[in-house]
Amino acid sequence: MKTKAGRLSKTTKNDLITYAMVILAYIVMQLLVSTGHVSSLIQGLLVPFCTYAIVAIALNLTVGILGELSLGHAGFMCVGAFSSAVFSLAFKDAIPSGLRFFIALLIGAVAAALVGFLVGIPVLRLRGDYLAIVTLAFGEIIKNIINALYLGVDANGIHFTMKDALSLNMEEDGVVLIKGAQGVTGTPNDSNFTVGVILVLITLFIVLNFIRSRTGRAVMSIRDNRIAAESVGINVTKYKLIAFTISASLAGVAGVLYAHNLSSLTALPKNFGYNMSILILVFVVLGGIGNIRGSVIAAVLLTLLPEVLRVLSDYRMLIYAIVLIAMMIFNWSPNAIFFRKRVKQRLTAGRKSGKEA
Amino acid sequence: MALLEVKNLGISFGGLRAVNEFNISVEKGQLYGLIGPNGAGKTTVFNLLTGVYQPDEGAILLDGVNLTGKKTIEICKAGVARTFQNIRLFGDMPVLDNVKVGLHNHYPYSTLEGILRLPRYHKVEKEMNEKAMELLKVFGLEDYADYQAENLPYGQQRKLEIARAMATDPKLLLLDEPAAGMNPNETKELMDTIRFVRDHFDMTILLIEHDMKLVSGICERLTVLNFGEVLAQGDTQDVLNNPEVITAYLGS
Repeated sequence: MKTKAGRLSKTTKNDLITYAMVILAYIVMQLLVSTGHVSSLIQGLLVPFCTYAIVAIALNLTVGILGELSLGHAGFMCVGAFSSAVFSLAFKDAIPSGLRFFIALLIGAVAAALVGFLVGIPVLRLRGDYLAIVTLAFGEIIKNIINALYLGVDANGIHFTMKDALSLNMEEDGVVLIKGAQGVTGTPNDSNFTVGVILVLITLFIVLNFIRSRTGRAVMSIRDNRIAAESVGINVTKYKLIAFTISASLAGVAGVLYAHNLSSLTALPKNFGYNMSILILVFVVLGGIGNIRGSVIAAVLLTLLPEVLRVLSDYRMLIYAIVLIAMMIFNWSPNAIFFRKRVKQRLTAGRKSGKEA
Repeated sequence: MALLEVKNLGISFGGLRAVNEFNISVEKGQLYGLIGPNGAGKTTVFNLLTGVYQPDEGAILLDGVNLTGKKTIEICKAGVARTFQNIRLFGDMPVLDNVKVGLHNHYPYSTLEGILRLPRYHKVEKEMNEKAMELLKVFGLEDYADYQAENLPYGQQRKLEIARAMATDPKLLLLDEPAAGMNPNETKELMDTIRFVRDHFDMTILLIEHDMKLVSGICERLTVLNFGEVLAQGDTQDVLNNPEVITAYLGS
């Protein structure tokens, strides 16, 4: 029974370290900001740090825990962003900002979960590369639909069209909420660094507890061996859908945070295209597949890096690429892993002998 | 009445008749062996019994309940557990969690209760841990509880697979070549384990095996398959001395 207690406290300890790391980073950042040591450039990055950390954790749930490669998470982020931005804009003056952002979060999460669920039903029948290709396509479809969508509200209710603003046929007092390719403008700026960090912590709480629960074990058993999981009575379709829906929903939350940090929200390829999906995947792979804490660290570092390297102008992307390769080797090369183990052993051995002496 | 009754089971893959008119009747508490040369259709029979394949004809009855055409999950819930010829563990998960996945359907709590860690999560997880440790102890794996399953020695992996199958609380245990790839010492240990499982859990076991020492050592009854058909059936010693069986194995 000793071993069991040891194991439990080990995972719990690991989780607590992750929470502590986020809280510590928050406190340090706040202190630096209040003493004026942080440039406005970095201050502008504080909310994106949280956004990307959340979406990286969400994608890690699909890639690392469920074991399926999704290239469409920017699409779920997009759904969360636009559904919540429309809500916040429509109720800009009706609801106080705190409550409004809370409802917007719920709307974004539920909308993304719903889309994730609907996409998941056909997509999760596929495996490996095929699943990646289809999710990639779904992400693009979602982005393109929103790019062409016009949505407005007037006394008669909600109008929408895929043509142009005039074909909405609205009364004079009507308000256009989504203006096609121009997106949503005038979303209240409800998010800030504190809210973002709280959301990161909530996301961590949901995902880490999910992994340590009965459902999480079922999901990981499917990842490790689908046939064996079925043979012990695990409902493969059900658990795949649960994991994928939660993952999509959390990506939606990241989208809400993203939308409420900008006054004008557009569905450009840069924001919500496949480039973004692949960038999120880069966070997950470099942070370690299945390693939730790693995703947070990688998301923050790799968001910060291109901005810090801006001073190098033309050489920026070159150095960014070299850093990516170096991180990949450090994390995944067998030689590097062996080297890290040896260093760790030597350090702990040194500590032990130090105690004895 | 027998625990497992299989009547006239048959399946074809394209033009190949993989299993034809397969009949077997396993009594409760029996240790039953299914043997035959390579490609005789033994594993196909297991896949039919566990719903991996659907039979073209015939019926499978477990304790009087018709399992024909049911899905793998339903068959597992009805009380059939199995191991695989090539070991299929949840390699990246700890040994303890492998068994806990086997306990999955017997210790329910919802996903939300798990995420929010409501009281039922703590209560059920504690019960699960205790039950899983108990099972690991039975198989002598309690010291390995924290190990990643894929890091276990080969013989222990086999044991863990049996432990995981037993966690589903089955009425019938199917073992597909449990001694494959084992040295004589490991095989001997495995024979003791299988016998122990039968006696300790009062389990009914149907096993596929090539190792004749294991088969003649622990099986009480045998069915011999050859080219998808039953060649001989009966008490172990009678079957093994049957000239037709010897011919099928060694050639004439």
